[in-house]
Amino acid sequence: MDLYKFTIHELQDKLQAGEISSEDIVKSLFSRIADMEDKVQAFITLCEAAALKSARGIDGEGQYGGIKGIPYGLKDLFCTRGIKTTCASRMLENFVPSYESTASCRLNEKGGILLGKLNLDEFAMGSSTEQSAFFPSRNPWDWERVPGGSSGGSAAAVAAGEIPYALASDTGGSIRQPASYCGIVGLKPTYGRVSRWGVAAFASSLDQVGILSRDVRDCALILEIIAGKDPLDSTSADIEVPNYSAFLDGEVKGMRIAYPREYFRQGVAESTRAAVMKALHKFEELGAIVEEVSLPHSEYALPAYYIVAPAEASTNLARFDGVRYGLRDSEADNVADMFSSSRAQGFGPEVKRRIMLGTYALSSGYYDAYYLKALKVRRLIAQDFEKVFRDFDLIVSPTTPTTAFKLGEQIDDTLTLYLNDALTVPVNMAGLPGISIPCGLDNDALPVGMQLISWAFDEATLFKAAYAFEQNTDYHRLTPVSGGGING
Amino acid sequence: MALSLEEVNHVATLARLALSEDEKTALAEQLSLILAYVERLNELDTGEIEPLIHILPVFNVLRKDETLPGSSQEEILANAPLVEEGQYKVPRII
Amino acid sequence: MAKEFETVIGLEVHAELKTESKIFCSCSTAFGSEPNTQVCPFCAGFPGALPVLNEKVLELAIRTGIALNCEIPEYCKFDRKNYFYPDLPAAYQISQFDQPICKNGYLEIDVDGKEKRIRINRAHMEEDAGKLVHQGDITTTPFSLVDLNRCGIGLLEIVSEPDMRSAREARAYLEKLRSILLFAGVSDCKMQEGSLRCDANVSVRPTGQKELGTRSEIKNLNSFRALERAIEYEARRHIEAIEDGEELVQETRTWDEEKQLTRSMRSKEEAHDYRYFPDPDLPPLKISREWIEEIRSQMPELPDAARERLVETYGLPHYDAAILTTTPDYLEYFDRVIRLYPDAKLVSNWMMGELNKYLNQTNREISDCLIKAENLAEMLQLIDAGTISGKMAKSVFEEMFNSGKTAPEVVREKGLVQISDEKALSDIIESIINDNPKVVEDYCNGKGKAFGFLVGQVMKATRGQANPAVVNKLLKEKLD
Repeated sequence: MDLYKFTIHELQDKLQAGEISSEDIVKSLFSRIADMEDKVQAFITLCEAAALKSARGIDGEGQYGGIKGIPYGLKDLFCTRGIKTTCASRMLENFVPSYESTASCRLNEKGGILLGKLNLDEFAMGSSTEQSAFFPSRNPWDWERVPGGSSGGSAAAVAAGEIPYALASDTGGSIRQPASYCGIVGLKPTYGRVSRWGVAAFASSLDQVGILSRDVRDCALILEIIAGKDPLDSTSADIEVPNYSAFLDGEVKGMRIAYPREYFRQGVAESTRAAVMKALHKFEELGAIVEEVSLPHSEYALPAYYIVAPAEASTNLARFDGVRYGLRDSEADNVADMFSSSRAQGFGPEVKRRIMLGTYALSSGYYDAYYLKALKVRRLIAQDFEKVFRDFDLIVSPTTPTTAFKLGEQIDDTLTLYLNDALTVPVNMAGLPGISIPCGLDNDALPVGMQLISWAFDEATLFKAAYAFEQNTDYHRLTPVSGGGING
Repeated sequence: MALSLEEVNHVATLARLALSEDEKTALAEQLSLILAYVERLNELDTGEIEPLIHILPVFNVLRKDETLPGSSQEEILANAPLVEEGQYKVPRII
Repeated sequence: MAKEFETVIGLEVHAELKTESKIFCSCSTAFGSEPNTQVCPFCAGFPGALPVLNEKVLELAIRTGIALNCEIPEYCKFDRKNYFYPDLPAAYQISQFDQPICKNGYLEIDVDGKEKRIRINRAHMEEDAGKLVHQGDITTTPFSLVDLNRCGIGLLEIVSEPDMRSAREARAYLEKLRSILLFAGVSDCKMQEGSLRCDANVSVRPTGQKELGTRSEIKNLNSFRALERAIEYEARRHIEAIEDGEELVQETRTWDEEKQLTRSMRSKEEAHDYRYFPDPDLPPLKISREWIEEIRSQMPELPDAARERLVETYGLPHYDAAILTTTPDYLEYFDRVIRLYPDAKLVSNWMMGELNKYLNQTNREISDCLIKAENLAEMLQLIDAGTISGKMAKSVFEEMFNSGKTAPEVVREKGLVQISDEKALSDIIESIINDNPKVVEDYCNGKGKAFGFLVGQVMKATRGQANPAVVNKLLKEKLD
């Protein structure tokens, strides 16, 4: 049986009906990986033996439920006890943590089975996985194209049927953008909804752990498990986690949906714009109230982000100094040279660029002009959203201005590459939840993603609307042609 | 705002990155481009605006003064490039 | 005529806070364990690990603020101070930059009976770094070893205004600050173990000049004596340089205890740029006025109040009271003796005299002293009862200090009971008179000193046990 085709909730049903075992699923997925991985190149590390052992253990108990016995993948930024965690960097090529991230720990406690660690742009800095120190991953819809980034390996693996879902992180769009490029569901929850403990930090005030899955129901199911206060993360919110699945009723009647005019300009491709506008009509058809609004400071989100995120990154990545773990230049004969040359050898060009930019923005004489200014603009951006959410339940926009671009196409053009994040970054700046769901194909038959944004800690509304759209359309059933088909 | 090679040198020293001459030249150019793009923030008058440091309105997240076992010495040294007598070994400081 | 110079001193003191666990993680703060056994992914700076503030650290910081008469703002936050060093795992120290927990306080010092108020600019919470172990000197060691046990222990950095004008004032400030921190229960303040560390900012200027001179920051001051000597040395060095027309540079220097001089720490002063910015991992703090009042209401007695109490209750001189309130242990000792033996001045004399002498000689704290408060009271009672003389008591005390025995035990074992029996003493006096005819003659010729000599001989013959009053009386009777 080609079990790799199924979603979490479908696998759940089959397990509980006694039709299949966890071992069947793991084997099916590894055989799928064997078929696909040559082309997808999603995994940095595979955990086949351990996964089979876990599956057999669970099958031995003979009881299923929830995610028990169902495999998952992790962006290789999540620390995993006893399993290599590289952050797709030469710096951490051989790093094996002795501790486990809170989010993956919660999955493991519920019987989730880790299949492997997934490729990303080095330290989550990038929009294509071309910044991985090891290899680029590819888009299952078109092998010539990028899967997006930074969680490109995770999105590609889910889209290609190598895993049913993955946990990843989103700092400026790193979950939603690859979800959009790969035609799957990608959720960035509210800042503080999921613990960041054990996830290598990129920009601490923007990073948030989220989910890549094949449909909305799976996404809601996983958020229920990983969300909630963690005493190890001071920025995780002590706010009750609702039963998200209960909101999946297909109803959007009376829901007030805003679409910000600025999000349909900013270099948005015509086919993308058309697909999202069509989706908005669909919502209207289903009884939602749809209106155009303005988020006037939108265009400033990206420049502000490119100060705030690198500034935080420059200090978060300062710990990689060759003393306690990671790459060390053992030739250096004094500490200062050892620091500088280890870091120069361990980091790739994009990471160096952002460390340099962030160090500059925080340095004496420039702090007020850049960093403080960016924090003030950040407040303006957050206030824009606050105003709209006084009158609306949901904001809808394209996830990305365009569909997946070709490998190598933007690698030398830093600024253009950064523009991929223009529509996702404001959501991180405001700390709000956002989900990307497929809403059509463009002229190249590449998936277009639609971004839904709700007020803080109101992921329930995102799920409700996304599920209603999914139920009334077939876009999530479309499959990557070159990937060999997921659902048939 | 263009970044000079001298400034790139200074920032690289602060960031402890031993960059090659080619890298420095490229970075001077790339960072200047990005900073020019960032300049547009100055179109906004933010004089009265409070900087947004923490997005969550949360204060006083505290834990009790209680000890818990941390890592073992073996675990904490397991990934170290060089170890001696239970400690991390580094080359001379000065 | 040589110009007059004034020395200007400000101190930065780091006090290790008395907590069970570290400031941002649950690792133990115990001293002296095997290297790298009190560490976790957070305090060792591993990827993904995050800080959570220890509630006790905040409470101790507020307590300090109250004890040092500081303003405690309603809002404060943590910042990252960025610099690379092998003992700083995250390559940033979590500290407080522009919004510290305590501001604008002061304490009173007393030098030669003159009171002076020293202002405190600020006190802020931060984490300690790890320990570097060198082979010999840091400048010549081929490699260093890093132990992170100490890394992440909560510190309070207390920064004074440059209000001190002499090494003695600086010492008095540090002693007073130490007393306050000890009484407030904030820190152990053990300079040897590094739980109290002090850096001194020193400059000189011609008397009457307003602007401050070029300043040196002196590190590695591990004792009160080192602080005093280093300041004296540095002030002298500055004055000589100015008089020789040499240019002084602002720099960091270290005190060389062995050679008794300060040395420049960096040949080329690298410009620091710490790139402070708010730590996004730690939500800010709101300190409610209610909480401050609650902590204030539970504050233990502080040194100034204790000193007043001793003066008012027991009529002790200010000088005595100040010394008795140096540490809470010392004061508690006094308070316990006084309950059993109410002559405060006599108790104070013994504590400041003999007790201090032996504590200093043996480098012991009063808490480790083998003579318990009750034992001292008992010894004083033996003097009053005439069992031992005041002079004998000194040797009894020494034995008690060294062995931990009680006064009656020492007296019994050494046969040290005072001889007041007239018959027994009479025989001894007879033989002394017979053995010293020349001295007796001197006495009869009116030489007063001769009498003292004879008393001394009697005391010697009785190994000090003779009751001096009885000896005086008998000797007079026999000679006159």
